[in-house]
Amino acid sequence: MATLKVNGKPVEVDVDASTPLLWVLREQLGLTGTKYSCGIGICGSCTVHIDGAAVRACTLPVSEVNPNQEIVTIEGLSANNDHPVQRAWAELDVPQCGYCQPGIIMTAAALLAENPRPSDADIDAGVTNICRCGTFNRVRQGIHLAAELKQNGGAS
Amino acid sequence: MSADPITVSRREFLIRSTAAGAGFALGLTLPALGCNAVAAEDAAGGADEVPEVNAWVVIHPDDTVVIRIARSEMGQGTLTGLAQLVAEELMCDWSKVTTEYPTPGENLRRDRVWGSFSTGGSRGIRESEAYVRKGGAVARQMLIQAAAEAWDVPMDACTAADSVITHTPSGRTTTYGKVAKAAAELWPPEHVALKDPADWQLIGKPVKRLDTVDKLHGKQVYGTDLVLPGMLNAAIKACPVFTGKVESFDADKVRSMPGVRAVVAVGDNAVAVVADTWWQAKTALDALPISWDKGPHADLSSADIDKMLDEGLTSDEQVFVGNAGGDARQGLADAAQTIEAVYAYPYQNHATMEPMNATAVWTEDRCEVWCPTQDGMAALEAAADAAGLPIEQCDVHKLHLGGGFGRRGAFHDFVTQAVSIAKQLPGTPVKLLWTREEDMAHGHYHPITKCRLVGGLDENGDLAALHVRISGQSILAAVRPGWMAEDGADPVTFQGFHADGDHAISYSVPNLLVEHAMRNPPVPPGFWRGVNINQNAIYLECFIDELAQAAGKDPLDFRRKLMADHPKSLAVLEAVADKAGWGQAAADGVHRGLAVVKTFGSYVAACAEVSVDGGEVKVHRIIAATDPGYAVNPQQIEAQVEGSFVYGLSALFHGECTLEDGAVVQSNFHDYPSMQLKDMPKVEVIVMPSGGFWGGIGEPTIAVAAPAVLNAIFAATGKRVRRVPLKHQDLS
Repeated sequence: MATLKVNGKPVEVDVDASTPLLWVLREQLGLTGTKYSCGIGICGSCTVHIDGAAVRACTLPVSEVNPNQEIVTIEGLSANNDHPVQRAWAELDVPQCGYCQPGIIMTAAALLAENPRPSDADIDAGVTNICRCGTFNRVRQGIHLAAELKQNGGAS
Repeated sequence: MSADPITVSRREFLIRSTAAGAGFALGLTLPALGCNAVAAEDAAGGADEVPEVNAWVVIHPDDTVVIRIARSEMGQGTLTGLAQLVAEELMCDWSKVTTEYPTPGENLRRDRVWGSFSTGGSRGIRESEAYVRKGGAVARQMLIQAAAEAWDVPMDACTAADSVITHTPSGRTTTYGKVAKAAAELWPPEHVALKDPADWQLIGKPVKRLDTVDKLHGKQVYGTDLVLPGMLNAAIKACPVFTGKVESFDADKVRSMPGVRAVVAVGDNAVAVVADTWWQAKTALDALPISWDKGPHADLSSADIDKMLDEGLTSDEQVFVGNAGGDARQGLADAAQTIEAVYAYPYQNHATMEPMNATAVWTEDRCEVWCPTQDGMAALEAAADAAGLPIEQCDVHKLHLGGGFGRRGAFHDFVTQAVSIAKQLPGTPVKLLWTREEDMAHGHYHPITKCRLVGGLDENGDLAALHVRISGQSILAAVRPGWMAEDGADPVTFQGFHADGDHAISYSVPNLLVEHAMRNPPVPPGFWRGVNINQNAIYLECFIDELAQAAGKDPLDFRRKLMADHPKSLAVLEAVADKAGWGQAAADGVHRGLAVVKTFGSYVAACAEVSVDGGEVKVHRIIAATDPGYAVNPQQIEAQVEGSFVYGLSALFHGECTLEDGAVVQSNFHDYPSMQLKDMPKVEVIVMPSGGFWGGIGEPTIAVAAPAVLNAIFAATGKRVRRVPLKHQDLS
């Protein structure tokens, strides 16, 4: 049994302690926005926030998450789907197949929380997710646009 | 415990089954999937509430327009593009357009009214544009007719725009939603005129994609995300050696592990563990002792395959001619100067972000499958085969794909497996999900080839003769033998070298011979975004640069001279050269390379700007031009061009699958890396539709990325890279 705080709500799950957080989110809590792709922490499709930091959930055993830590998934990123990153992504039509995008959006949101005006070099270093459709240039534009939206009084 | 069914906005629909026994017979209530699934009842014309005007168009009383899309959305934007084509002729309010997939089973029941479901070869729009536009035009006519009849006025006194029908003389108006039910009862007109391209209002407009919003909030349901009531989860492992089999497995060792419900053989080459959750299934599968009968290819290595291909470079055995004109051998004998080079291109995995998966439920008289597929009809055939049921008793519900790139079109191994597992647990839905490792081990790989090119220059340094000998694997021989030529040739091998057609060579060479020595190693090949143009464009476009250099000519001038009869190809080439400032100095340390091809019916070219510092290659900018004839959605074309470069450059820099002891060595993204954002060049896209034809978009530009970069690397370093990926090259 593990107690977690996910998207602001405490939840209890009955799983083996070694189960990665990704599979707890997807299979116990029905939060399937967080994706499985590589399972070894490389591609970033499973990125969630833990206490505001971008974390790859596929290699993190649930036992290592403390009940007081705030886990936020793509479903909980914004109340009305209006996080500046989501708005910028909609404006620029960033996703193609979209499978990696929840992970990239969560990565971008964490980057902006820490660094409100990231440079191209900051984005290069901060976004290491894999996207096989190749949305990178729009991801970069999207992060810059989200930074502007955020500065101009956007939500979150 | 399993989670509740996904709470996306959706209708719910009932799978009707006469199956006795299983809970299935009671009418299992299953979630429909966002906007994508058509309830069979609706499509069957049981249009009590939502009138289907025709197969393509459903209009709700509130004027919402639902456009049916037979092809699959996998990121390439075809859902939006096809909807634009229908809506252009329908003349509906675009802001009220949504889409849905008809099921392949419904397509069969309705005499294949939606045509092809196959989504590959950049054909989605170009092969269906005529009939989907007609579908929209017919629906519009029926809606106008219904209004005219209600008003008792002549049809030709009425016009339609933005879902509003106006009786011009009286100014009276009504909406599509109000007349849709009456329109649905009319006999469709046999002849409708399609709009002149000059009158298009929606085609050619950079409208937003229709499928973006759900992809931003985690609401888009992919195959991996599907949850059905009572569903179990399966993890699978197949013999890592191709054609190998399962010898035995010890199910008792894992049966008592948490959540495990069953351990089953799948076909003769795989074992699956079925459990409450996928993580439990995978954990148990990892602990399951399996011994393999590795079969006859247990020792196969990349070195063996290399030898096979090397032999084919000069052999006379199993050689097919793809294009010939003049006398290449004599031309080479007469040439003032001959140049020779051998290039090589490896196996590559599609590596879609979403691993292979399918969910199936089987009873004695019904089988239903949910899966991401590039070809719903092929998925249905695979499901029926595996189910051992007549195809009429099966159906497939398509979900948007988390990447396709060719992996999910011609091959439905994951469907066959899912049904085979579900068949062993009658009435229980089972979701099969592959690990990334399984996906890497059991791909249908980009085929391996080598190419020897010999070119002859005349005394003026112009190309007089060219002999191209490709040696390597045929995709069709393994995948579609029925599509091969009568003499056994595989025409797909010659993409970019054909005399004419969608993949014609862009040059006129006085004496030309293009051949293929077919050498088929026991590794399953497949269609991989771009297919054979990927390597053929490297072979030809890099070698053309080698010839230009040998002739002491500028690569653009050298090409121009061969392109007098290829004006559309020349136009895209000149467009990128102009924009790049070809002939003028680039920034310090930056060097340029060109490439041009005609492929998938479109004319494309690229100019890459590259620097090489201490052996490290940096691609700064690629300018790309595309002439697809008609450009349906220019902003999506830009997205496809940029994306194709990520796929093409990932292949160029990193992509290689090698064989050792009969198995693929690479197992995940750590040893099969993909390009990252930091490596992404600036991409400038020129869309220059010249009209009069429909070319493809998803694939063509992938082919010009690699040769343009390789030619720029030569300009920067003086080194010719003839074997990819680049990780093998020392450019310092």
